[in-house]
Amino acid sequence: MAVVFQKTKGLTDKPFSYCPGCTHGIIHRLVAESLEELGLLDEVIGVAPVGCSVFAYEFFNCDMHEAAHGRAPAVATGIKRVYPDHPVFTYQGDGDLASIGTAEIVHVAHRGEKITTIFVNNAIYGMTGGQMAPTTLVGQKATTAPYGRDAAHCGNPLRVSEMLATIEGAVFVERVAVNTPANIRKAKKAIKKAFEVQLQGLGFGIVEVLSTCPTNWGLTPVESLEWLEKNMIPYYPLGNFKSPKEEK
Amino acid sequence: MAKVLMKGNEAIGAAAIKAGCKYFFGYPITPQNEIPEYMSRELPKVGGVFLQAESEVAAINMVYGAAGCGVRVMTSSSSPGIALKQEGISYIAGAELPCVIVNISRGGPGLGSIQPAQSDYYQSTRGGGNGDYFHPVYAPASIQESVDLMQEAFDVADRYRTPVMVLGDGMIGQMMEPVEFFEREAEKTEKPWATNGTKGKRKPNIINSLFIDPQALEDHNHRLEEKFELMKKNEVRVETFNLEDAEVVCVAYGTTARIVKNAIEICKNEGIQVGLIRPITLWPFPEAAFEEVSDKTKAYLSVEMSMGQMIDDVKIAVAGERPVEFYGRSGGMIPTPEGVVGKIKSILGRE
Repeated sequence: MAVVFQKTKGLTDKPFSYCPGCTHGIIHRLVAESLEELGLLDEVIGVAPVGCSVFAYEFFNCDMHEAAHGRAPAVATGIKRVYPDHPVFTYQGDGDLASIGTAEIVHVAHRGEKITTIFVNNAIYGMTGGQMAPTTLVGQKATTAPYGRDAAHCGNPLRVSEMLATIEGAVFVERVAVNTPANIRKAKKAIKKAFEVQLQGLGFGIVEVLSTCPTNWGLTPVESLEWLEKNMIPYYPLGNFKSPKEEK
Repeated sequence: MAKVLMKGNEAIGAAAIKAGCKYFFGYPITPQNEIPEYMSRELPKVGGVFLQAESEVAAINMVYGAAGCGVRVMTSSSSPGIALKQEGISYIAGAELPCVIVNISRGGPGLGSIQPAQSDYYQSTRGGGNGDYFHPVYAPASIQESVDLMQEAFDVADRYRTPVMVLGDGMIGQMMEPVEFFEREAEKTEKPWATNGTKGKRKPNIINSLFIDPQALEDHNHRLEEKFELMKKNEVRVETFNLEDAEVVCVAYGTTARIVKNAIEICKNEGIQVGLIRPITLWPFPEAAFEEVSDKTKAYLSVEMSMGQMIDDVKIAVAGERPVEFYGRSGGMIPTPEGVVGKIKSILGRE
């Protein structure tokens, strides 16, 4: 019988620690498949963040560093400067990357570090229990915004991809979502492309992945996918913000 | 090699490169700027990498990344910058990575001053970050000793998989002295734990300080503790001077110890015998040296360029057997031999 699908070698056998319906599992698979298909698993060094994906080092089947909160891009810089020929990636959530780690992500792009960042944006702090993130939508309730995010009080949500796309050293910037099979296929394509850009030595690449958090959004997994489509995508438009010139 | 006249900061950089350090990540802060400047000029010549980070926080995390790759790596900063690095130092200690951190310290608290001070004793020796950890702290008193200890620092860091701090005050960084670089093979240490790609030949290596299971973290802390005990046993360095007949034994480190030696000379000429214990490692603290003190000694005097920090370790070492007095200047004010002599005389009631 022909094998039509099997688990990628890029993931270990460790069961995911994610909540039911969380899309981290899909994103992990897309990253791991990309690494396997590009033949990078034996060489790649990954950096896990602090947040829900803090245990990513147990799931990706490659050398990994666990970084302090927000510091993954700095850790990845240290690794890449030692091993310029090894692919290096960070996997970070929106609290990690868009709040405490803004300096690190801006400057990893500013320096044009040849690394790939997978940025999982679910508009909330998941692991600590649903607190407001810089990416939380206006009106969206969080445990530290119980009346809904008020723009007059704490500003409007940060659009990271648009911001990073203004930086010269960021050569590949794309926002994708994993709410439908079609979008998942597009996400996979973008992630793979981001790694290819790194391999070509062109500069910094980031894929922002709109993701769900059923537990902290207080929705079922299916409702969460719908909520993402109706609320997140209008504010965080999908698409490529930057690609190496010859590819356009 | 012949002696050359060098500024402390540059000599420290040169010594690091001779010790096989090829990677430097740092951020500008006075009075240590000549270290990153030197490294930016010299590291590319030996196939190394100098990178100016966006902050001290980023710099120490770059060190974390590079150290996890198994190479010799360092950073340098000064007091407020070291405070920013403490998070990373805690992670490096927790993940058991070797690296060297140079602190050319200045006055505090807060922005403080840019003048020499020794008020970083606590943040250097007490594990300035979170958690149960210590790391070796070397306190050179001359440029020559700074150079010698840099090599030692990298070897000890590799041997124990630990961050090592070299703590020089602003004077060490800024003054010039003749220095000789002794050629010495860097200790070779296998690093099978390093992340350099599995090559499909081994299981993934993971650099990590997270142990979510309480028992696992306690076991990890016990392992770290065993390492700290081993360092306490093997890595203490101290200079003792004139202890035999001393009525007062001064305890001082770094450039302050040189001022104290001048004070001891003045006292000798006036017929007062004074000794010195100079910790070269602030951690592990040279407690055993205090057992060499004779029955003639009436008191200890901790002399520091601070409001009194090392005096706590002196009191622990003395364990209540004799009085422990303090003399210090702070804020960038330098103790004078005459000031120290005055304090010694007042302790002995000979004003």
